[in-house]
Amino acid sequence: MKNRRQLFENIVHGVFLALGLITVGCVLLITVYLVASGIPAIREIGLFEFLGGQTWASTAAQPAYGILPFIMTSIYGTAGAVLLGVPIGFFTAIYLAKLAPPTVKSSVSAAVSLLAGIPSVVYGLVGMLVLVPGIRIWFKVPDGASLLAAILVLAVMILPSIIKVSITALEAVPKEYEDASLALGATAVETYFRISVPTARSGIAAAVALGVGRAIGETMAVMMVSGNVANMPSLFQSVRFLTTAVSSEMAYASEGSLQRQALFSIALVLFLFIMLINAMLNLLLKQKAERS
Amino acid sequence: MKKNQLTLRRRGYILLMRSLMLFSVGITCALLLFLLAYVLVKGLPGVTWQLLSGKPSYLTDTIGILPDILNTLYIIFATLLIVIPLGVGAAIYLTEYAQNKRLVGLIEYAAETLSGIPSIIYGLVGMLFFCQFLDMKTSLLAGALTLVIMNLPTVMRTTQESLKTVPQSYREGAFGLGAGKWRVIRTVVLPGCVDGVITGCILTVGRIVGESAALLFTAGLAHALNGFWASLNSAGATLTVALYFYAKEQGKFETAFAIAAILLLLTLFINLLAALVGRYFKQRRSL
Repeated sequence: MKNRRQLFENIVHGVFLALGLITVGCVLLITVYLVASGIPAIREIGLFEFLGGQTWASTAAQPAYGILPFIMTSIYGTAGAVLLGVPIGFFTAIYLAKLAPPTVKSSVSAAVSLLAGIPSVVYGLVGMLVLVPGIRIWFKVPDGASLLAAILVLAVMILPSIIKVSITALEAVPKEYEDASLALGATAVETYFRISVPTARSGIAAAVALGVGRAIGETMAVMMVSGNVANMPSLFQSVRFLTTAVSSEMAYASEGSLQRQALFSIALVLFLFIMLINAMLNLLLKQKAERS
Repeated sequence: MKKNQLTLRRRGYILLMRSLMLFSVGITCALLLFLLAYVLVKGLPGVTWQLLSGKPSYLTDTIGILPDILNTLYIIFATLLIVIPLGVGAAIYLTEYAQNKRLVGLIEYAAETLSGIPSIIYGLVGMLFFCQFLDMKTSLLAGALTLVIMNLPTVMRTTQESLKTVPQSYREGAFGLGAGKWRVIRTVVLPGCVDGVITGCILTVGRIVGESAALLFTAGLAHALNGFWASLNSAGATLTVALYFYAKEQGKFETAFAIAAILLLLTLFINLLAALVGRYFKQRRSL
């Protein structure tokens, strides 16, 4: 009797252990599949031609598979979005975390959550019909579907995550620090910018890293506004990101072809970028946890 | 009497920072209001009964999004059905069973990693693994399974949070009365994590409603009207994928905006629900 009960408990334990290990299994599955399907094309094309080649002509008679344009576009696009989105998110977060009256705080926070929940295709659609023609008319360029349009859309899309994570970091600043600064005669605004922000800096850095991850991985919205031509990045030209390079050709690349395999290699490069950013994010968060 | 005033430089600094903050908050709010107003004004007139209740027909040259609505519901249902047991089980393992700190660290690190991976990568791996390797073809089931992997960390984390609030004394009391581990989990721990599961579900539904890149290659693009079981084995577009398709491939912006308006209202509703549920559970816990 006792043995049977023990056996039953062991089985339950085993089942829960298996469930617990599913996340690990999924990460392994994703990694293994991406590496296994991404390596063959890189070997065939050559690592340097693949990463450093400036022309992508996968369907030409003389196909060329250089993804430097995609890499540079992803980096420029992300950098641009961060440059625009981070200051706005940063100042909004300080206001909401420290200065806003409770009613303002709760309603603007609700607005930020809503902004975070809007599907990316909706951002893409509005960008397509507002930003793209707007850029064409304002800057007098032949086509508004450009890197600039993508940067603007991405800046809006990373705003909510930057604001939310920064608020959490700022609210975790010990009240004593601020009280001490106020007691020494600093005003509220001076205290928040000179005491609270430096104290919360690793959390704010984590917010930026999260924003970078979001921006570099965004696909659909970018696909709808960036024009999707494999140019080297330039503000007013149609460009193609790492993400959109994968999704735009996957639909028609025939199975087993080098073109299709090269798309998997692009995904592998994107994955490596993301892993790098994740590692940075984890490091920042760990730093924060150790300090508190 | 001399007034106690700050120096000009300090006043300038404060004024500058204050105006920068107000400017940023203004931009954030204006962006949301503009998005809401623009999409609803352009989209709501297009939301007609014919659009909501029919399917696309070349004969009458009309567009209906009923199949897309149903596909979205099916995929939400199928995903939740699979992700809840998996996520809750993983959370229970972490809070109730796991003793090895390194293993816990590994599982949590894996969950962190999963939540950072962009959806296009999920789409690709889902296509390779579920559609090709497991031979499911492009189908709603393959899409749902891809979404399960995506949302597993969310459900796991919210459940874990709520399990931590179950008082240790409850567990000890149950053990003291002679209950086995499984009995304690079933009767004491599981009822305590209902709020975490519900929060996780709402977050998951919100993410599924907005997801498109992961579904493009796994669930596909068809607009056929199917029952639940039949649709699991056949391709089908969700609302977001349909929006993308109508806007980008066909240039039918009226339909696209109508779908966008519906999606916005859904997002609004889900956010409201999340806030209400969160407040409800907080109140109940403080009682």
